[in-house]
Amino acid sequence: MSAPDKPKIRVAGLTKRFVGTTAVEGATFDIARGEIFGLVGPDGAGKTTVMRMLAGVMRPDAGSIEIDDVDVVADPEQAKLHLSYMPQRFGLYEDLTVDENIRFYADLFEVPRKLRDERTGPLLAASNMEAFRRRLAGQLSGGMKQKLGLICSLIHTPQVLLLDEPTTGVDPVSRRDFWRILYSLRESGVTILISTAYLDEAERCTRLALFHEGRLRYCDTPKRLKALMPGTLLAITSTAARDLHKALLGRDGVMSVMLVGDGVHAVVDDADRRVPELSAALDAGKIPHGELVRVTPSIEDLFVGLLKDEHAS
Amino acid sequence: MTFARILQVFKKEMIELRRDKWARFRLVIPPIIQILVFGYAATFEVFGVSTAVLDLDHTQESRDLVSRFVYSDRFQIVKIARNQQEIVDGIDDSDAAIAIVIHPGFAQLLRKGQTAPVQVIVDGTNSNTALIALGYMNEIAATFSRDYMTDHLQRTRDGPPLRGALVTLEQRPWYNSGLNSRWFFVPGVIGTLVLTMIVNLTSFAIVREREVGTLEQIMVTPIQPVEFILGKTFPFFLIGLGEVVLIAGVGTLWFGIPFVGNPLVLLLGTSLFLLSTLAIGLLISTLCMTQQQAFATNFFVVNPLFTLSGFSFPITSMPTVLQWLSYLNPLRYYLVIIRATFLKGVGLSVLWPDMLALAAIGSTLLAVSILRFRKSLD
Repeated sequence: MSAPDKPKIRVAGLTKRFVGTTAVEGATFDIARGEIFGLVGPDGAGKTTVMRMLAGVMRPDAGSIEIDDVDVVADPEQAKLHLSYMPQRFGLYEDLTVDENIRFYADLFEVPRKLRDERTGPLLAASNMEAFRRRLAGQLSGGMKQKLGLICSLIHTPQVLLLDEPTTGVDPVSRRDFWRILYSLRESGVTILISTAYLDEAERCTRLALFHEGRLRYCDTPKRLKALMPGTLLAITSTAARDLHKALLGRDGVMSVMLVGDGVHAVVDDADRRVPELSAALDAGKIPHGELVRVTPSIEDLFVGLLKDEHAS
Repeated sequence: MTFARILQVFKKEMIELRRDKWARFRLVIPPIIQILVFGYAATFEVFGVSTAVLDLDHTQESRDLVSRFVYSDRFQIVKIARNQQEIVDGIDDSDAAIAIVIHPGFAQLLRKGQTAPVQVIVDGTNSNTALIALGYMNEIAATFSRDYMTDHLQRTRDGPPLRGALVTLEQRPWYNSGLNSRWFFVPGVIGTLVLTMIVNLTSFAIVREREVGTLEQIMVTPIQPVEFILGKTFPFFLIGLGEVVLIAGVGTLWFGIPFVGNPLVLLLGTSLFLLSTLAIGLLISTLCMTQQQAFATNFFVVNPLFTLSGFSFPITSMPTVLQWLSYLNPLRYYLVIIRATFLKGVGLSVLWPDMLALAAIGSTLLAVSILRFRKSLD
């Protein structure tokens, strides 16, 4: 990626405490114009809290947020004009039709009628929803509701789009529509911050920020993050995954072991040396197992690996 | 603050209300049922109290006394008992709410010019009915003794007829000459119904937006909380006015409750009262995350307001602390205004303190609820 001249979004030392817990602690990151910046991390990591603070609906306890030159903390109302925030559950009025919902949100942003009508058509077309303009929002499928939410969020052509798990529970076809729209937005220079639980979606982001327990642990492109991961990932199928997990844990050269659907994923320091060693050890221990296959780590492996490391140190 | 955005929210709310087919039913039928039920059922007067009689004296005097109960429409003799046990059973089984026992020697005492006791047993479970019925009994007993005395004097004296010295009350109830309790209740029902409906509508509508997630969504748009609140609650204000017209219509046309005051005074009072009810609903909505919570909270808020309003229980009979508390109750003032405009026909020159109190309570509540609403979004 080319060096961004000036970051679109600058976040520094962002902190939010709730009674008894710290939801976000000292998060610092920049987002360049036109990025699709992914927020990933387990539930409760603080992703939604970060989004809400960026959207100006929650006041941080410390730290600063700047979008362009607008200080979001000091002047959230000014910031709201340029950004759009789509919460996990987009608030559509189910008793209003698709058109009425769009009109309502356009009116709240004071989009002139002519401009609104010009924008509505292409957005509906891009999301394959032209046929449903007069349908009540409550009667749309989950995927279409999310797409309508996105349209409502885009009707005032924001420069920054904040999406909190927009595709959770959305059918694959709608998800594809959704991402197509995101890519075209990016083309037109919109900066997108998206949190997602789908790791295939994380791979599509230009950069990823991994949050864990309120802290930003890693922030880089998916490719470089993968390079961060030391060792080689082995996939081992087994009918007795738990025994296998126990047998591998703490062995020489085994850096981490994780249970997956049909066996375990293990990270080893030197695959050439460890594969025969482990194989022999497992045979000796009479633990049923398949072949030890070298695989490219997914984002999930990556994060589990990285977070494990951190806990160990 | 822009008027355009308030209008957008208002329009949105009206479309939603129009689409909600149940709303029309909910807004019209229950109030009418309520007013009918109250109009017919809510009365302090007591008629046909089931009464058991045990006459152990068997004299002309005792029979005369009993016959006065028989001919009063306040009492209905359901049982002529033969012994004390039957009286006890009758009260225990709730066959009779009142028992009159005339002991042997009743007439003898009377004839000697002495005080003759009559035993009255009352089922005190329903203390209100019991008290009122006892009042009627005292009246009957007093009339009986007066008649007996005049009769006795006349028979034992020669010369011109003589009456005992008596004081009689000449009653002149103003504003409700028939002392009809319906006239007292029906206007009051307007106040209580509007309170319940508007508090419920407002709190549910806002909590629903919170539940569905539209509230969060709206707050990331440039709309101000105040704009949202105004646009959102104005339809309920109109509904409140509509309810008053509806219930007052049924009250005057169906039950013949007079409306002698100035409708504009009532309109002003209603508007000020609606301010408070909207604010209460809004305040509850800031405390509740779900409609169930709102339902439970409304119940706890509306019931004390109702009890401490003077709707049916006189405020002057309450302990001092509760009397003070009732000064904070908007319903208290509205009931004064509504009864006064319906029955007395007095205007602002008399009602201004109540109007002022309503305005003060309403605007304070509204200010607090708007501040709280803002906070509750964090």
